[in-house]
Amino acid sequence: MTSKGIENVNPQLFTKKTKREITSEEEDESVEDPIDEREIFDLLRDINDPEHPMSLEELNVVQITNIEVDDKKSSVKVFYTPTIPHCSMATLIGLSIKVCLLRSLPPRFKVEVNISPGSHASEEAVNKQLADKERVSAALENSNLLEVVNQCLVKSLE
Amino acid sequence: MARLDELCKLPGHQGIVWNVGWNQEGNILVSCGEDKTIRLWGRNVNSNDWVCRSILSDGHQRTIRSVSFSPCNKLIASASFDGTCCIWDKSTSTEGNQYECTATLEGHENEVKCVAWSASGSFLATCSRDKSVWIWEVGEDGEFECAAVLSAHTQDVKKVVWHPHQDIVASASYDNTVKMFCEEDDDWICFATLKSHESTVWSLAFDSTGKLLATCSDDRTIKIWKEYLPGNEFGVATSDNMPTWKCVCTLSGVHPRAIYDISWCHQTGLLATASGDDAIRIFRIDPESDPNAPILEQLTIVPRAHEQDVNSVVWNPCIPGLLASCSDDMHVKLWQFKG
Repeated sequence: MTSKGIENVNPQLFTKKTKREITSEEEDESVEDPIDEREIFDLLRDINDPEHPMSLEELNVVQITNIEVDDKKSSVKVFYTPTIPHCSMATLIGLSIKVCLLRSLPPRFKVEVNISPGSHASEEAVNKQLADKERVSAALENSNLLEVVNQCLVKSLE
Repeated sequence: MARLDELCKLPGHQGIVWNVGWNQEGNILVSCGEDKTIRLWGRNVNSNDWVCRSILSDGHQRTIRSVSFSPCNKLIASASFDGTCCIWDKSTSTEGNQYECTATLEGHENEVKCVAWSASGSFLATCSRDKSVWIWEVGEDGEFECAAVLSAHTQDVKKVVWHPHQDIVASASYDNTVKMFCEEDDDWICFATLKSHESTVWSLAFDSTGKLLATCSDDRTIKIWKEYLPGNEFGVATSDNMPTWKCVCTLSGVHPRAIYDISWCHQTGLLATASGDDAIRIFRIDPESDPNAPILEQLTIVPRAHEQDVNSVVWNPCIPGLLASCSDDMHVKLWQFKG
């Protein structure tokens, strides 16, 4: 992967969000605390880019405004934005986002991961692959691929 | 009011349970999944409860995606992400419910997604992510010989099913189409391509006559296809003296997520669907509707049939209304339909 050289040599960097402030209501165990966009964002922000020593937040691949959560309907939709329209890592990044959410969220959640509309040349094909649970399962049984995904998730799942 | 009542919930599998199937007598249920095991379930003679009778393991290195009893009930075939298909034989074992893996069918380049026996018992079909469908000829000596490698699909092939009476196999694919194959002059040929779905076709089921086919898809629709023979009275064009399969019904707006499986009961005519919204739904064709434009009516729905995606549903071949299902939630369930 790295032998071909980095595709996007100088990616634009973005400032990181501050840490989420914990409200007293959230600390109160008796109050039901639905999962919201910020919580999903916090799960994803520290995922490493497969090529750069930077997080998906720093590269603006994940943004809080591109996350849709409906806790009642157990639905999470994430739209991510590859740094360049021909990024060959797009599927791998999407897979890392998907795996991160599958491992972190309660199993009742239906997780959909898509490329932000218009941000990638193979948007439709990548989206279809990420939505195919059978292919995702098979991919995660591939130990080499799983190793790469786990590398991307090292920091986020700490 | 029609109802689908849960009879029992069968734990045991670890991880996703991908597929369930019945033997021909309808007294043994088989299931398989991510834990690389095949489980056989039967009734306990004393308590009448469904229990795990035996566990077949060590046949596959990766997820077992599909499992199927042979028409003679003596053999079980299993398809795995490890690229192989195993044949399990009961007769070689001295104990009642034990099966031995007696053959491993190799040839697919990667994950095998489905395996199915023809009604005649003469053929086995397998399909794979390598885009091909293989036809295996079942020899009398227990040998399996590859009779054809069919590369008509342009993507991952998800499912193969045989016609209920004829040696015709239908396949469903990630390329959004269904294809049908038959033998002609010692060669297997693709004689029909069914185009209408807008995303992956996950599964398909013939009705008891073999003249209707139901398909289900990632596009969240069910479609009914009808066979029109050459010279049919309805003026549907055919070519090469082969039947045309035409989409005569599309049901949309009912399933909010992908539909992973569909089963058509050959005794009752009921259709069941397994969906990514955790629900099982039961349909039938309205008997009053036009056979050339049938209407599907939903009889009942179990919204939270499982705690996660439902992957497979299958009607019992002998007991009317008895349905088996399995899910990502690691469970197999049995249901009874009451009309």
